Amino acid sequence: MKKVYANAAEALDGLLHDDMFIAAGGFGLCGIPELLLEAIKDAGTKNLTFASNNAGVDDFGIGILLQTKQVKKMISSYVGENAEFMRQYLSGELELEFNPQGTLAERMRAGGAGIPGFYTKTGVGTVIAEGKEHKDFNGETYIMEEGIFADLAIVKAWKADDTGNLVFRKTARNFNVPAATCGKICVAEVEEIVPRGSLDPDTIHLPGIYVNRIVQGSHEKRIEQRTTRKKEDA
Amino acid sequence: MPWDRNQMAARAADELEDGMYVNLGIGIPTLVANYVGDKDITLQSENGMLGMGPFPFEGEEDPDLINAGKQTITELSRTAYFDSATSFAMIRGGKIAAAILGAMEVDEEGDLANWMIPGVLVKGMGGAMDLVAGVGRVIVVMDHTNKHGKSKLLKKCTLPLTGKKVVSRIITNLGVLDVVEGGLKIIEIAEGVTEDEIRAATEANIVN
Repeated sequence: MKKVYANAAEALDGLLHDDMFIAAGGFGLCGIPELLLEAIKDAGTKNLTFASNNAGVDDFGIGILLQTKQVKKMISSYVGENAEFMRQYLSGELELEFNPQGTLAERMRAGGAGIPGFYTKTGVGTVIAEGKEHKDFNGETYIMEEGIFADLAIVKAWKADDTGNLVFRKTARNFNVPAATCGKICVAEVEEIVPRGSLDPDTIHLPGIYVNRIVQGSHEKRIEQRTTRKKEDA
Repeated sequence: MPWDRNQMAARAADELEDGMYVNLGIGIPTLVANYVGDKDITLQSENGMLGMGPFPFEGEEDPDLINAGKQTITELSRTAYFDSATSFAMIRGGKIAAAILGAMEVDEEGDLANWMIPGVLVKGMGGAMDLVAGVGRVIVVMDHTNKHGKSKLLKKCTLPLTGKKVVSRIITNLGVLDVVEGGLKIIEIAEGVTEDEIRAATEANIVN
C-alpha cells in the first residue's frame, strides 16, 4: 500500500470531481493545506462545498479558490478576513452556513467516528437552533447537530512516516485532526516524511489509518497577524 | 471618574482565582492577562492550547503558534496543545472555569449578543456560542453605553443572541453588576461614579 506521492497534484489524482464536499484543516492561515488547495485550483474542480473553520484571505488558503469561483458553499465559523468572500456572499454567488466553532469541530469528529448526530447546548435560543430538533436532558435543553461525512479531507501536518502516521506542531494541529477523520479519503501534506520507526509511537497525533495519501512539500506558512513585544518590555 | 480600559481589565482579573483555567475574548478581555499578578491562572486559546504566553519578541514569531485572534504568541513551561475537537470538548464539558468576553448587548435575563449586527457585514460567531454555553461562568467586560450614549444593559437584547441566560456578571466602565432573579444588581460602583449615574445609564431593571 503506497501512500507517498511525488507532489500535490499526483496526491489528488482521481479524487477530485465537480460538486464534491471537502473538509479542510487549519485555523486562520495556521496549519492550512496550502499545497493541496493550490493543486485543487490548478485542477479547476468546480461547485465545491468546503467545511473549513475559515475561508483564508484573498490570495492565500481557500481564498485562491474563491478568486477562481470554484467554491459553491462554505461551512465555517468565521470568515472575517476575506474581501472577495464577502463580495461573492453579498452578491448571492456563494452560499454560507455558519457553524459555531466547537459545533463544526464536533460535527467533523462525529462524522469520522461514525456518529450521524449529537446533542449540544451550543446555540440554544439563537438563530443557530432554528429548525433543529430540541431535546431536554436532565432539565436542560439541547439541539441536535449532524456529523459531517465529506468526500475528501485535506490536511496539513508537520511530519509523517510512510504509513501515514502524523505529527502536528503547536497550534497548527487545530482542525486538521477532526477534518482528517471525516473524509472518505484523506490526503495529508507534510513538511517532512521521515523513515518508518523514527516517530515515537506514543506521540503520534493521528494514526495512519485515517490517512490515505501523503505528500511532502515546502510551505509558505504565512502569518496573518504578526504581534510582538520589544525585549525591553520584558 | 469612570474606569478606563485597563482599570476594567484589572477589575475583571479580580474575578479569577488560583488554579482556574480561563478563556479571554478579544479586546479589553485580552488585557486581563496583564493583571492576574501572582495568581496561578492558565489561559486557554480555543484554537488548541492551554498555557498561552505573551507575544513573542521581534524575530521570534512562529507561524505555527497563534491565538484564537490569529495573533502570534508564545508557549509557557505548562503549555499543552490539542486539536479543535478536544479544545471544544473541554469548553462544552464545563472544564473551563470562566470566560471573560466583550459584548454589544447584555440583558437583565443574562442573554448576550456579541456576534452579529443585522445589515452590517457578518463575520461569524467563531467560538463565542460554544464558550458561553459551556464554561462555568461568563463575565462580560464592556462599556456601559454605546457610542451614541445608549445603554448596553437592556431589558431585552435587540441583536441576534450569542447565548440565552448565560451571563453571570457584567463589568463596565461605571461598575460591576450581577444578573440575579428579576434583573441586575449593583455589586460595585467605580470610584467617583454615583449610583444615580449607573441607574441612569442602565435600561435593564435594577433590583436592590
